[in-house]
Amino acid sequence: MLYAILSTFVLAALAPWVHQQAGRHSGWVLALLPAGLFLYFARFLPAINAGEVVVLVTPWMPGLDIQLSFLVDGLSLLFALLISGIGFFIVSYAGRYLEKSRDLGRFYVLILSFMGSMLGLVLADNLVAMFVFWELTSVTSYLLIGYNHEDLKARKAALQGLIVTVAGGLALLAGIVMLAIAGGSYELSEILNSGDAVREHALYLPLLILILLGAFTKSAQVPFHFWLPNAMAAPTPVSAYLHSATMVKAGVYLLARLNPSLGGTEVWFTVLALFGAATMFTGVFLAFRSTGIKSVLAYSTVMALGTLTMLIGIGTETALLAAMAFLLAHSLYKGALFLVAGILDHEAGAKDFLQTGGLRAALPVTSAFAILAALSLGGIVPLFGFVAKELMLESVLGAPGWVPLLALLAIASAILGVAVAAIVGIRPWFGKRVEMPKQPHEAPPALIAGPAVLASLGLIFGLGPGLAEGGILAAAARAVNGGEPVDAYLSLWHGLNWPLAISTVALVLGLLLYRHWDRARAALAWMETAAKYGPERAYDWMMDGVVRVSEWQTRLLQSGYLRYYIMFIILTTAAMVGMTARIHGVSVGPLHLDDLRFYELTIVSVMVASALFAVLSRSRLAAVAALGSFGFTVALMFVMFSAADVGITQILVETLTVILLVLVLFRLPGFLGLSSRWIKLRDASVALAAGGMITLLLISTHNARGFDSIAWYFIEESVPSGYGRNIVNVILVDFRALDTLGEIFVLALAAVGVYAMIRFRAEDKKS
Amino acid sequence: MAFVVGGLYAAAIYMMLRRSIVKLVIGLVLLSNAANLLIFTASGLTRGAPPLINAGDVLPPGISADPLAQALILTAIVIGFGVLAFAVVLIHRAFEVVGVDDMDKMKDTDT
Repeated sequence: MLYAILSTFVLAALAPWVHQQAGRHSGWVLALLPAGLFLYFARFLPAINAGEVVVLVTPWMPGLDIQLSFLVDGLSLLFALLISGIGFFIVSYAGRYLEKSRDLGRFYVLILSFMGSMLGLVLADNLVAMFVFWELTSVTSYLLIGYNHEDLKARKAALQGLIVTVAGGLALLAGIVMLAIAGGSYELSEILNSGDAVREHALYLPLLILILLGAFTKSAQVPFHFWLPNAMAAPTPVSAYLHSATMVKAGVYLLARLNPSLGGTEVWFTVLALFGAATMFTGVFLAFRSTGIKSVLAYSTVMALGTLTMLIGIGTETALLAAMAFLLAHSLYKGALFLVAGILDHEAGAKDFLQTGGLRAALPVTSAFAILAALSLGGIVPLFGFVAKELMLESVLGAPGWVPLLALLAIASAILGVAVAAIVGIRPWFGKRVEMPKQPHEAPPALIAGPAVLASLGLIFGLGPGLAEGGILAAAARAVNGGEPVDAYLSLWHGLNWPLAISTVALVLGLLLYRHWDRARAALAWMETAAKYGPERAYDWMMDGVVRVSEWQTRLLQSGYLRYYIMFIILTTAAMVGMTARIHGVSVGPLHLDDLRFYELTIVSVMVASALFAVLSRSRLAAVAALGSFGFTVALMFVMFSAADVGITQILVETLTVILLVLVLFRLPGFLGLSSRWIKLRDASVALAAGGMITLLLISTHNARGFDSIAWYFIEESVPSGYGRNIVNVILVDFRALDTLGEIFVLALAAVGVYAMIRFRAEDKKS
Repeated sequence: MAFVVGGLYAAAIYMMLRRSIVKLVIGLVLLSNAANLLIFTASGLTRGAPPLINAGDVLPPGISADPLAQALILTAIVIGFGVLAFAVVLIHRAFEVVGVDDMDKMKDTDT
């Protein structure tokens, strides 16, 4: 399993090379991997359908209890099959579609890594691993959406998608950590079995909100839906992939995955059902209002995601099966339709439904499959979309609450859905032939293969829903239901009941709406202005705000004045140490002032006096002299308190320092009286605050000896191991010889630097 | 001693906050000495017991001062001198090239 996922990344790294070698047919060559993965995943089917759950574990960071474990059950297998299966068509399609793009090699790298991340996300058992893959999908999708990086719009859309999903990812991370605390494990397979513990945990509400934020941003739920339609700035194969099987479904996957441990509560139902229903209606409404081919499809994806969220929220057994069926149906028809949209663009140059018409004659094969997929989108007999929609309506009518509201939104969405399907399935193909930017002609096999297979599967599953149910959907619904088989079934004919009645009415009203599409859009034109005040506006406003705040902060902190940098650093440190001292309390023990000897006091007084003199003196020479006397008193201190070697070194170095300063400082100008009294006072108070902090620290360390000094080791080992009687020397040249080597290195560097600077000056003068 | 070290830090930082680069150098000297004294004091002050071992013995007689802190300070003094020498020459050079010793006038990179 690990190798299966790694293989996509390995191939991604090799893709540009493969592309060079295989040239025109690189798409087919690279598509072999998703095809192989599809077969590999399909091998799990019998075991999974028999009710097994496979967990595969590879240690990753054993110390942190993080492992690369994979969980294969109905749900993850359904996703894995969709990702690899549709991935096959996407890669082969892209090979032809982007044939003329010079960055095709880069495209392969991105799409294959994206596929790998997505597979990792749905198969991971460890929450941390899942989160890593989750973020990887955000990053790779950012690169994919921004594939046309010379286009400002694409870059903006990519950034928007990234920021929205990564912000959600941040919330998700916090949620995951809380979930692991509540569930007592980072392994999904264990958390899913401790649902009651999680639901009754005090952290349930916060962790639910955080995880839902992550899922809603990823799956473009209202009010985060705005990034998804913008993301269609990506090349069409990417849109097809993002919308059908991957990326946006990740949020739905997360909700479905965690349903056994988080679901079943009042909050879960209310939030998911209401947000889902709102998203469903918003999506289909906006789809109906749009005219761009890709934007109609993108908004209808928003509708599908809303439907899925709502169904998982409703959470009855019928609803869970409906969700899985709807997921499969949507992946099939949406993948097909986006690929058809790509064909329309590629072969006829059409990007807007208003430009199209009567293309059936020119593209007979494509149009047939497009109409098939559109029928599934509209939920019309006998396609799989119909089966899924019937079940969806049935679960809405059987929801545990809010039935009138949910039913109203579902019926309205069904009507608009039929109208949208008609826009997609009728508008470009029938009616008067319209002049196209390009002479339209039938697409090559690589482009048609995807829509053909995906749309046909929609028909096959529609005619024989048991095939899909027994094949995988029942197992998937069981996984979402927490391992219990669901008491519901798929069928084309449910008898004469409410859902059928609703579907019929929706079909009639939807077609009526389509007939008056142009007038309806004109009537809705006022929405254009209203849309400017939507959530996207909030996003723009927030981004501007971030830029403004960072500008202000840069001006404040990066002023370019050294002393302000120093001041900020010192004040921050002092404040933080002060806070810590306040919180934890500092024990200032008795100060042994009576223990001071007279001569010690004298030396210390001289030291402080000379330091003060160095600070206050107006003459450079006096300051340097004061520094010298200060240094020598420090040396005396060392000698008095049993550090003879240190004292000797200090005397030597101090002599050198004074000589150096005297030599150099006379080449520099005298002191300047630049600061006003007020500024001096301010600096002095900052300095005193820092000094006070150091004093406090020192006093508190004096009284806080938590453990023995490690010096005892050196003292005891000095003679036996180091063969030396001066312990300090032994430490320097023996125990810590590497440090001393480093010290020598630093000195050598300084010397080279000094030499270089003096030397350059000499050369400057010559020239 | 703690008050002395704190006072030295205050003096050093005050000098480093000045605009004149010469004062910056003096601040640097004060700061490196203050830091050494800080470590020295923190390791505990011991009178008249250097960490030396008499000939023939294995351990120093009685209590001795902490040798580790002394070794660290020794290193620090030498490195401090290296840094100082480098800084002084650098400042000197900067002064030659730029022609000002006011820190505020040195903040542009293109002078």
